[in-house]
Amino acid sequence: MNTTTTTAGAAPKKTSGMGTQLKGIIQAVGMLPVLIIICVGFELATGKFISTRNLTIVAQQASINIVLAAGMTFVILTGGIDLSVGAVLAVAAVVAVAMSLSDLAFLAMPVALLSGLALGAINGSLIAFLKLPPFIVTLGAMTAVRGLARLAGNDTTVFNPSLPFAWIGNQQLFGVPWLVIIALLVIAISWFILRRTVLGVRIYAVGGNPAAARLSGIKVWMILLIVYMISGFLAGLGGIMSAARTFSANGAQLGLAYELDAIAAVILGGTSFVGGIGTIVGTLIGALIIAVLSNGLILMNVSEIWQFIIKGLVIIGAVALDRYRLQGSART
Amino acid sequence: MADQGNRPPTLEMRRISKTFPGVKALDGVQLKAWGGEVLALMGENGAGKSTLMKVLSGAYSADPGGEILIDGQKVEVNDPIHAKRLGIAIIYQELSLAPNLTVAENIFLGDEIAHRGLVDRKAQRESCIEVLERLGATFGPATVVNTLSIAEQQQVEIARALHADAKILVMDEPTTALSSRETEKLFELVKQLRRDGIAIIYISHRMAEVYELSDRVSVLRDGTYVGTLEHAEISAEALVKMMVGRELNTFYTKQHDASAGQGREVLHVEGMTDGGRRVHPASLTVHEGEVLGLAGLVGAGRTELARLIYGADSKAGGEVRLDGHPIRIETPKEAIDHGIAYLTEDRKSQGLFLDMSVLENINLGVIDRDAKRGGVLDLKAGKRRAAGAIEALGIRVAHPGVGVGSLSGGNQQKALLSRWLETEPRVLILDEPTRGVDVGAKSEIYRIIDELAGKGIAILVISSELPEIIGICDRVVVMREGHIMGEVGGTSGREITQENIMAYATGVAAAA
Repeated sequence: MNTTTTTAGAAPKKTSGMGTQLKGIIQAVGMLPVLIIICVGFELATGKFISTRNLTIVAQQASINIVLAAGMTFVILTGGIDLSVGAVLAVAAVVAVAMSLSDLAFLAMPVALLSGLALGAINGSLIAFLKLPPFIVTLGAMTAVRGLARLAGNDTTVFNPSLPFAWIGNQQLFGVPWLVIIALLVIAISWFILRRTVLGVRIYAVGGNPAAARLSGIKVWMILLIVYMISGFLAGLGGIMSAARTFSANGAQLGLAYELDAIAAVILGGTSFVGGIGTIVGTLIGALIIAVLSNGLILMNVSEIWQFIIKGLVIIGAVALDRYRLQGSART
Repeated sequence: MADQGNRPPTLEMRRISKTFPGVKALDGVQLKAWGGEVLALMGENGAGKSTLMKVLSGAYSADPGGEILIDGQKVEVNDPIHAKRLGIAIIYQELSLAPNLTVAENIFLGDEIAHRGLVDRKAQRESCIEVLERLGATFGPATVVNTLSIAEQQQVEIARALHADAKILVMDEPTTALSSRETEKLFELVKQLRRDGIAIIYISHRMAEVYELSDRVSVLRDGTYVGTLEHAEISAEALVKMMVGRELNTFYTKQHDASAGQGREVLHVEGMTDGGRRVHPASLTVHEGEVLGLAGLVGAGRTELARLIYGADSKAGGEVRLDGHPIRIETPKEAIDHGIAYLTEDRKSQGLFLDMSVLENINLGVIDRDAKRGGVLDLKAGKRRAAGAIEALGIRVAHPGVGVGSLSGGNQQKALLSRWLETEPRVLILDEPTRGVDVGAKSEIYRIIDELAGKGIAILVISSELPEIIGICDRVVVMREGHIMGEVGGTSGREITQENIMAYATGVAAAA
């Protein structure tokens, strides 16, 4: 026996990697510095970006996307996607305005919210029980529900000049628009659910490792069903907010491509497409970055064409950041 | 045996180290293999065998300072394509064939015979025939790979290696998925390749295979090179001692008294089956305070049986009784509610939530029990439980909020185990509880299992490592090809020995 080396106690040695601290900081603060830099940049460039009036406008413009993106965060945390939120928003908005014109006007808001919830439940059922891929299910739903929205309004613009819930879109509480208050409430409640409840832990668990979640006794189907219902419900809320702003709703036009802004906000906020990693505060920051970009580029008189190009590039840059972030998290 | 003194080894690896973030997987490892010889490479899981082979194949780049020499010439292996050109071929446990392509297409993958970008399939098929014949293959070059058995797919991999003129062939646990007849055929093939002058590195943890095939055995432990035995020196005791690093009697703990529960039956499984695909109707009983081993070769259906009991897979028939009462288990949730816990064999993909903290991983099974009204988390209870579990199981972690993915294998395993212990199970099914765990943590896990049995928990341990089964179990049930073959220890009248277990596991002895 020619034993050569027998190092005693050769337990795996710990090594501290350079740059892990930097990555830790990037993960903790997320995109907040980016938001601040963009704000400061626009202020320096235009001199009129940072004012109470303009910031209120930005917040108001961001509010609907914040609500949609909050729902999207739940879904993406489980590793899914909901492409149907724009269409669901349109259905809810049309239903809300149409109902407000009927004898049952007082039911306009509850029914709109319920219709969002129900559409989310259908998405969720197909994904949870038939185990269809979320992308396919909600892609189909995006088209089918868009058709429903047009059907609900007889393919016209429904309009109610005395909309009973118009205050949501046009009034303020202590100088803060109701739209903004609702959006922040949604963020606060979402934060509570994700961080302080059993449901929240399980959402992260299902997104992080569905097989382990099942073996741990988590009813994975129920978690999936719930997140798509939350997303549908919040899309319904977005529909009410949208209708309240304009006193009207058009099933063919309203909410087109809203899902893309919502997804962009979630990804900008650092939530991983793979699932299991992400925060609702990050989503809020992501949605604000998108709104600030739109507002600031308008203030700078950038043409609409270039606004599209710049926003698109920012989203791609964010996904690149997502990659970097995933490399940083230690998966040994 | 070849005279090693007169010619340089076909392959020599010197001072190979490999550092991953947080872990030194290899530390100054050496290896020598000669043409016309089979070198067995042994070591427990996590000893560094696979990492070393990935360095050889160019899949990993080693730390600076190491050297690889082929026929005495220093070489740099930068990537797998380069390795192939140097005559290095590796057949991994998970075969790397494209299942949708034909045998010929796979053999030529990345090296197609082509004229101006057009593949000449006919020429490819024809040039495969010779090598397939040499291997005694019963399939032709135009066969689509996914219609072949695992053994045949292995032949395709070997054919690919021979076709690329490999002079160094690494086989990583090649018999894991093979039946005993296929294994015999593979051995013949390995011996033929040895006669042909190829240097074969054969990774295995099966003593019998190593004894039959190898000219020499090199052993790794915890990423270091322990030593090499010549064929004449090979013995189970010597190898186990080299792999484990200490005498066996201080390594395993068995102090609990299995008779303390007076033979009270806790878990009884009757006729459990998945319809005969992997598990034929199987029955077993675990008593209070008893550690029952479930032994057998890989693929014998042990994990599948455990998953059926636990409700992880749907069963075609069978009954579970707890304390004598029949219970219904269709999902893991129902098993947990009845106090049955299952520690998975694959903690990373089936057990842990690697993105979550140690605290969250420990608490995940009980957060709903601890929760306040409306499903609001009880954060204090969570902290208390995590601190208690970290203390009780000796989990080495700086802070409970640290991500569980950054822990060592042993500490990860303890964190996962403590998740189950928090649910206060009556029955604990442990599937390969020490897989991928370093030697020190192994011993601690054995001690924990012993303590749990002492508290009266009925424990079922599945393990592929016979010394482990022998060291910690009160009684052992042996499975083979989905059947329970027999029992050793307890009142069976047969002692728990390697020979008695292997006799059942290999089908030499049939159930009485």
